[in-house]
Amino acid sequence: MGEFMVHRVRFFDYMPSAIRAMAFNAGTQRLAVARADGAVEIFNFADNYFQEKVIPGRSGRAVEALCWVGGRLFSAGLNGEITEYDLEKLRPRYSVEAYGGPIWTISCNNQGTLLAVGCEDGTVKMFEILEERIQFQRNLDRQKGRIISLSWHPSGARIAAGMIDMIRIFDAKTGHATHRLLVERGLGTTRNTEVVVWSVAFLSDDTIISGDSAGKVQIWDAATGTLIRNHLITKWDVLALSVSQDQSSVIAGTSEGTVVQFQALASTMGQENSQWVRTRTFKNHSHDVRALVHTDTAVVSGGMDTQLVVRPLLDKVEKNTRESAMRKILFPHRNLVCCAKKAGLLLFQFPDHLELWRLGESNMQGQPGDILPVMKKPEKLLQLQNKGDDHICCSAVSPCGGWVAFSTVSSVRLYKLQLSNGNISINKVSKLPKELHSVYQLCFSSDSSRLFASSAQASVVVASLDQLQCRHLHTLKPKSGSSQPIHLLSPSENGKWLAAANTDGQIHVFNLHKLKLHCTLPVYSSCPTAIAIHPTTGHLLSAHADQQIFEFSLKLKEYTAWSRSLQREGLHPLWLQRDTPITHITFNANKPAHVFLHDLFMFCIIDQSLPLPQARKKLYNQMDLKTRSPQERMQESHAFKICKMFQHLLSVDLLDNSSLVVVERPLADIVSQLPPPVRQKKFAT
Amino acid sequence: MVEHGDVRVVHKGGSKINFREPALSIDSRFLLCASGECVKVFSTSTEECLHELQGHTDLVTGVLLRPSNHLQAYSCSLDGTVRLWDFTDGIPIRTYVIGYPIHGIYASAKHEGVIFIITPMHTDTNSELFQLVAVHLPQSGEQLVEARELSAVLSNVSSNPAATAFGREGQYIVSAKPLELEVYFFKKQKSYSFYLKKDNQKGGKNTFTCITCHPTEDCIASGHEDGKIRLWRNFNHKKEYTYSTLHWHHSAVSSLRFTPEGTNLLSGGVESVLVQWRYNQESQRDFLPRLGGAITHISVSPDGALFCTSHSDNKITIIQSCVKVSAVIQGLVKGDGIRTDLMIDPRSKALVLNGKPGHLQFYSLQRDKLLFNLDIVQQEYIHESGLQQFEVVMAAFDAGGSWLATVEERKQKDAELELSLKLWAFDDRRQSFVLNTTISAPHEAQITALCFPHVSDGQTTMLVSTSRDGHFKAWQLAAPAHTEADKGLSWSCDFVGAYHSLVPERCCFSADSSLLAVSFQEVVTVWTPASWELLTTLSQPPGAIRDLCFGRLSCSKYLLAATTSKLLCCWNLLTCSLEWVTSMDVSLLRADPLSENMAAFCFEAGSTDLFVFKPCEPRPLFSHKALCSGRVTHAVFAPREVMLESCDESSQWLNSSQLFFLSPSMDLLTFITKAEEDRLMASNKQLVVSDDVAMTPFHLLLGKHQKQQQDNPQQESSQSVEPIPQPSSSAGINELLQMPAHVLPSASFLCSMFVQSLLISVKDPSASEQNKEEEEMESEKEEEDSDGEMESRISRPEHMPSGGQESVCAAPTLTKEEARKLRRLKKLDHSWMKGLLDK
Repeated sequence: MGEFMVHRVRFFDYMPSAIRAMAFNAGTQRLAVARADGAVEIFNFADNYFQEKVIPGRSGRAVEALCWVGGRLFSAGLNGEITEYDLEKLRPRYSVEAYGGPIWTISCNNQGTLLAVGCEDGTVKMFEILEERIQFQRNLDRQKGRIISLSWHPSGARIAAGMIDMIRIFDAKTGHATHRLLVERGLGTTRNTEVVVWSVAFLSDDTIISGDSAGKVQIWDAATGTLIRNHLITKWDVLALSVSQDQSSVIAGTSEGTVVQFQALASTMGQENSQWVRTRTFKNHSHDVRALVHTDTAVVSGGMDTQLVVRPLLDKVEKNTRESAMRKILFPHRNLVCCAKKAGLLLFQFPDHLELWRLGESNMQGQPGDILPVMKKPEKLLQLQNKGDDHICCSAVSPCGGWVAFSTVSSVRLYKLQLSNGNISINKVSKLPKELHSVYQLCFSSDSSRLFASSAQASVVVASLDQLQCRHLHTLKPKSGSSQPIHLLSPSENGKWLAAANTDGQIHVFNLHKLKLHCTLPVYSSCPTAIAIHPTTGHLLSAHADQQIFEFSLKLKEYTAWSRSLQREGLHPLWLQRDTPITHITFNANKPAHVFLHDLFMFCIIDQSLPLPQARKKLYNQMDLKTRSPQERMQESHAFKICKMFQHLLSVDLLDNSSLVVVERPLADIVSQLPPPVRQKKFAT
Repeated sequence: MVEHGDVRVVHKGGSKINFREPALSIDSRFLLCASGECVKVFSTSTEECLHELQGHTDLVTGVLLRPSNHLQAYSCSLDGTVRLWDFTDGIPIRTYVIGYPIHGIYASAKHEGVIFIITPMHTDTNSELFQLVAVHLPQSGEQLVEARELSAVLSNVSSNPAATAFGREGQYIVSAKPLELEVYFFKKQKSYSFYLKKDNQKGGKNTFTCITCHPTEDCIASGHEDGKIRLWRNFNHKKEYTYSTLHWHHSAVSSLRFTPEGTNLLSGGVESVLVQWRYNQESQRDFLPRLGGAITHISVSPDGALFCTSHSDNKITIIQSCVKVSAVIQGLVKGDGIRTDLMIDPRSKALVLNGKPGHLQFYSLQRDKLLFNLDIVQQEYIHESGLQQFEVVMAAFDAGGSWLATVEERKQKDAELELSLKLWAFDDRRQSFVLNTTISAPHEAQITALCFPHVSDGQTTMLVSTSRDGHFKAWQLAAPAHTEADKGLSWSCDFVGAYHSLVPERCCFSADSSLLAVSFQEVVTVWTPASWELLTTLSQPPGAIRDLCFGRLSCSKYLLAATTSKLLCCWNLLTCSLEWVTSMDVSLLRADPLSENMAAFCFEAGSTDLFVFKPCEPRPLFSHKALCSGRVTHAVFAPREVMLESCDESSQWLNSSQLFFLSPSMDLLTFITKAEEDRLMASNKQLVVSDDVAMTPFHLLLGKHQKQQQDNPQQESSQSVEPIPQPSSSAGINELLQMPAHVLPSASFLCSMFVQSLLISVKDPSASEQNKEEEEMESEKEEEDSDGEMESRISRPEHMPSGGQESVCAAPTLTKEEARKLRRLKKLDHSWMKGLLDK
């Protein structure tokens, strides 16, 4: 496996943002997640829960609710606007002011024709969904008090609105309120505080289910407006409800971090009439569960503790399969760290600023396993604050450390850095070519003379960098490019090749000398999560969301023998069971056969000269090998050398002086920065 | 060595009543519970035991109402039989011989003529595997029926009957194994199994402990080791089953029951709190806390009016509609071990030993009933295993029963021993013991013996305690010197004695309390309590003294000591010489306070033998080989209320006192003579009278009369001392006056009864003045009769003694004048009399 000096970096104070809203599109299996900083993330549940797209947030834009209409995604927030997103350009397409004060909720009818929003001023506003935009249609009867939650009857004829202390049922056609369901307040001291109906669900059998701030989940009969059953499930708030597709199960998320499932069960076997019975309780969160989605096989929950949890329902999935494992998505599935290999610098990307750090140094030598004393402490060289409200979507530092670039949805900024014996000077490159205005990914060539930026229509802008100058050289375009954005860019070490991957799974390789498309790899069904071109052999290595690895020879334009044998023998089952994607691939110049990859919980060196592991052999055998004799070691060793010493890895990179940089973000640090959870009485405390 | 067949060892009460779940009759009036080898039928309102259904020859392991006839009940036993009883009359109806030990019994109304039993899978070995077997009961009129038509339903079930239950309408049966729930559907003949993981991440143990099914819906409730209750639904699907979890108990749930309508779920465990969960509104629950020991079983009457909980302290609590404890049936509490000796309270003649944690129990031997518990420790007992809490380890009564000394201790792992000696004075006003003095840390180490002197005039002022710290201390009752006299008397240390820094083990006062013998390992020292001088030392090495006892009455000059070197020595204190020595391994030595007799329990070849002898003659009056296996460590002579007049030599020693002892398996045993047994049998038969007849005043009057006419007037009144609810005489009169004339019996007949019911005992001093008039009118003979009535007041009304008979004869002698007075009396308020009668 080799021995390295490891820079164990723990000063990247990345703090994920709390989850505010979620919406699931069962047709495309896409989950949209809105975070407190306004960012919207798209997860592809069909592709191993891979985070395909991130629409960067904007300070001042708080998304309160999300709604899918077909393939279109709408959001509404407390700024009073309804926003539709452009999922190809990864930016809001347009915003419509609802003129009703802050919007608390948004809901689309089953037919996909009308969008209802609930406003602070007590109105439910209907918007007609047109081809390219939405248009205000009408107001329903105005109520006193804000509209907190909305739910359409599946027929689209009625709509239920959760308000303060009550639920209203409106006739969608006439706009008149037909029923008023009074929600009881809490007991004791909470009797004087009004109860907020945080969430309602209107079922096709005329049942309304509501969750409120008194901790109740109530089942109502919408036809008569009567309360059927009352379940007190928490002392705090019930914040979210979600109904399964077949309407036989409802989940409720509470402030205590629990998710409670209710199921419609026949009281005696073989009978039709069912009643709603509280069944399971899931406790996967430490804080408020703000958003819930009930998919066919799983409960997806997110909240204040920033984690997205996919908890499979064991009665709906096969046991001991990939679907039956619980997933916690803690960090973005992309790199927020950029490493300047030659200069030993790290660039950390935050939503509103960048940090540039110089790694520490140590002149001591030690045995493997020793912790070397740091002679020169790591140093924060630079903090680049973003101007404007838009958040940073991508950033890069050049390998020499001389250039830093970042981009928001509207603009790209490029800075020239000069580091000379402790002094640092930074100069903004003022004139950028006009092609560089909205990019999704940035990267520098290995000799730092080129800047590559992926732009709209799957094109790549190539710009040359000179002293404080940036010139547009060429825009590379694939022949039959899909319109999906390019999310990965990887230039080759020798500056000849540039590989670009988009979320449709296409990987294009451009010849930079000729400035034209070299080849397009066969499209694999799963989205690539990391690509890299080998510096010496010129093979393109790609890792995919379903944990497959491919190696493609750019010279021969075909998969290499190693890749074929890997596909033939299959990857080790334990490798395939990992639940975080490979986010970075790099190579060791001294040992060409070695490939470095990492995900959140391990990093791995694939030695392509060694045999592949058999399915029945141990995958994690490094500790085991240490104790064996050299001869046995040779027999037992295999190509995958896995190290789990470092956890919650955000980046692993190999510097030019053969030392390894490992960026960790311990979960305990994130938990300690969260606000205190609601008080709960624990038994025997 | 004399052994006589007519004295035999019998169980005397105190058997376990919490072994299996009790069954409540359909009208909630009777409670059937398995108790040792018989089934006891209790009345739920009066707590009295009405019948003992006897017949099984081994431990009874289940009682169940017959689903097709609610006046009959099945019981099953390890002897391999199932018996059918008419429990209201206590009549055995049929015996079904199964032939295998039975550990549990189930029946359902849907399965007519079939019962389900739990038997071991392999009959020959003591295997841990059990199976559920359906038994087709043959239709036969015979008493003894062999049931051979067996068919296994489920194999590998738990032997715990709480782990198996019938589902809704008997459609399926559910059985819980340690980590598996198996549901067997009779119609489809298909079973589903659901598994739980051994531990969840939080360390909770998922092992099933008990199970029950909802009566009208398809819902199974299961209790678990970690205190969780799971409600299983949809269990007719292999995969889409679901369960919800309720969690209140902090340790294992030991019993679960649904109410008959299924609206509530009851659960109980170590916490001794009955929790009532609303079905489908599980966040609402009611609690009935502080029920005593850990709840072991819950049962619900078929009409839902009563719940009853069995507790680990051998108690059944009857609860009305989950709010009120209406009755407590308390057996002899046999906790983790009896630390105190057995004692007899001189006042109440009750057996005293420690029972509930921190309490002394007073157990009436005559009535086989717990009288009351005296809280010694006076601290809240925390129901949690592993906690070291204060325990009563020693207690002693003085001769008159006016002082009680108790020792409590707590030993925590790394802490010092906490000891305290408490002295309790009997308060006549409150009829109870009141704490007089608490001496914390009376000694530095464990107290080994406590002893009061035998003072005849009842004014005990001294107590001697010996301790492992090498000292014995004499405690004196005196007014504190530095405070005012009206503060009252309290106990303080008077003398501290030691002997060669040896550890004192036993102490004993002589019969006249002029001498105190304290054993220091192998040396017996004799002290005079008057001046605390060491008079003499006696020793018979080798072997430390194990027990020490002075002779009584004519043998009070003898001091007996049992040593660990298997010797029983007898010293004559007048000559200070060894009178006799015999070689026997005496583990316990007890002196009868009312005679010269002494009982020695000897451990011989794995079992205990008893020898009764007089110290003056080294010849046993009575011996009984192999009383029980193991060492007897607790025994006591209980004075009889009425002396027996047995002339047989071997049973003479039982004339004045009865010997009770606890076997190592904690059974309370005693000796009974043939004559006594016959007498008891006779009175038992008499007791079998129907409790069903309502206690109207009319019945009291008429029924009494009929009884007396039938009964032999010479018959002695029963020894039973159960108090009866005395009918209010004025109420009876009102009833009589309001009754239509045509339904009344003849006036002459009624009149005599009527007068009789108004009579007041002449022995009652407070009432004597007011009743002068009546008394004068009564003849001398009638005075005797009223004596008789006073005696019989504590007996059942059915057994009114001969008094009534006499008054029938006296009835026609009533003059006109008397009749007038009678009428005047009628108008008076007689309620004051009730008070007097009750007193």
